[in-house]
Amino acid sequence: MATQKSWVQRCLTPKVDLPHKLTLAAGALCWIVVFGLWAILSYGAMVPSMFLPTPGDVISAGVRLASDGTLGKHVFASVEVVVIGFVVSSLVAVPLGLLMGSFRIVQAVLEPLVNFIRYLPVTSFVPLFILWIGIGLEQRVTVIIFGVFFQQLVMIADVSKGISKDLLNASYTLGASRRDVVMHVLGPASLPGVLDTLRVTMGWAWTYLVVAELVAASSGLGYISLKAMRGFQVDVIFLAIAIIGLLGLMTDQLFRILRLKVASWAQ
Amino acid sequence: MGSVAAMQLELPTSLAAPDTAPARLRVDNVSLRYRTPSGSTFSALENVSFEVPDQQFAVIVGPSGCGKSSLLYLTAGLAEPSDGEIYVGGAKVDGPGADRGMVFQSYTLFPWLTVRENIEFGLKRKRIAAAERKEIVDFYLNEVGLNNFADNYPKQLSGGMMQRVAIARALANDPQILLMDEPFGALDSQTRMQMQQLLLRIWEHSKKTVVFVTHDIDEAVLLGDRVYVMGARPGRIKEILDVPIERPRTMDMVMEPDFIRMKRQILGLLHDDLQEAH
Repeated sequence: MATQKSWVQRCLTPKVDLPHKLTLAAGALCWIVVFGLWAILSYGAMVPSMFLPTPGDVISAGVRLASDGTLGKHVFASVEVVVIGFVVSSLVAVPLGLLMGSFRIVQAVLEPLVNFIRYLPVTSFVPLFILWIGIGLEQRVTVIIFGVFFQQLVMIADVSKGISKDLLNASYTLGASRRDVVMHVLGPASLPGVLDTLRVTMGWAWTYLVVAELVAASSGLGYISLKAMRGFQVDVIFLAIAIIGLLGLMTDQLFRILRLKVASWAQ
Repeated sequence: MGSVAAMQLELPTSLAAPDTAPARLRVDNVSLRYRTPSGSTFSALENVSFEVPDQQFAVIVGPSGCGKSSLLYLTAGLAEPSDGEIYVGGAKVDGPGADRGMVFQSYTLFPWLTVRENIEFGLKRKRIAAAERKEIVDFYLNEVGLNNFADNYPKQLSGGMMQRVAIARALANDPQILLMDEPFGALDSQTRMQMQQLLLRIWEHSKKTVVFVTHDIDEAVLLGDRVYVMGARPGRIKEILDVPIERPRTMDMVMEPDFIRMKRQILGLLHDDLQEAH
């Protein structure tokens, strides 16, 4: 009994660590509650099946679409757009952001414009992009780039701004040239922060993907979701949402592992 | 104000130079002024002149805001004086370089490099061959007693260990002069004493010219051949005192009458400065 009481107290005390098993159990419990509620509401027919499918419906929809190949096709279409948009954006934003955070002149040139564009809602550009680019892959890629790039730029500039001047000074007194400082100090010192930024903005890329696919697309998870709405296939909408969530979780874990692998030296 | 440097400076440099050994460091009439945000000018250093002979352990001590750290940054070439010049080994300081090693108060190890790679950093910039690099690094790892930590990352080290690596890293480059900006300031007093002993031992081996900045009077007297006492507002050298205590120095010497007399003298000088400020 004594241990149970102390558990309760520990749970109620701020910033106190708990046993690993307890935290796992608490996380699992939350999922069980959500699924339980869903099951009760749907199997119990408390909500019409037109609005809320049963978990079984969603799974069978998944099996159905997976077996005829449509699911794979649409998942691939979405992943393709996200990856292209995210990679293109990151390839430019990372070096430019590092320069923006380290060189006052780059900051002075870019910051006023970037800060303006950053606050424009990407969705407001979608009609313009459709008009300019059409409704193909390029349009969706553009929406993702536009949504992610300016945020990445500012966040990565902050990462490199945050690098201690003393670290640079120390390398100068060790005989480093300016080029050495950029390549051998600013670069590696920024790596953990850059990976954190990529991890966060990858999540945003998924969001903009769905926005783009909902508005104008002929493939992708957002597209099948929209099509399912028109056909009252609520199970397919649920399936699409679940798959987007799972894909997001997977990429997030990928970045987490990458961060641990290449920047294990960071605190 | 019977300052040694002040008297030397009254002579034209052409007369003073020939028969004395050239100073390792010569600070010549250096001033450093900032413009404050309110638009007025703040004088961090005003006409500071002094010399540090070769192989001397010079300690600069002074109250906070006297510009003692600025003096090191100027010598390292990390900042530029508003007026005056600084010469190291006869060459005018113009930007930072590997000939002036520096140990900072904050921890400045590269966290993505191991202890060995940190010490190697300067050697790699000089394109020294791997075999020779290894020899140099091993020597300094031994000097600072961290042979067993060569492959550890800085996050695995204590504050004292990190500063030992920073000292090894600066010395591995074989600079003409070693600048130390309150390197033990962030350490607890036990570690601090260990570090002082370690530094004394390393210095006995290397006889490197050192300029060491501190606000700790005990540390100044224990380590220094000469103590340069600075005053604030404006930052200037008030007095240069020779430390009359033989080497090698040990921790026991802090109890000796000479040591205590010296401490009292410095304390008096710093105290005057505080009174002037009020």
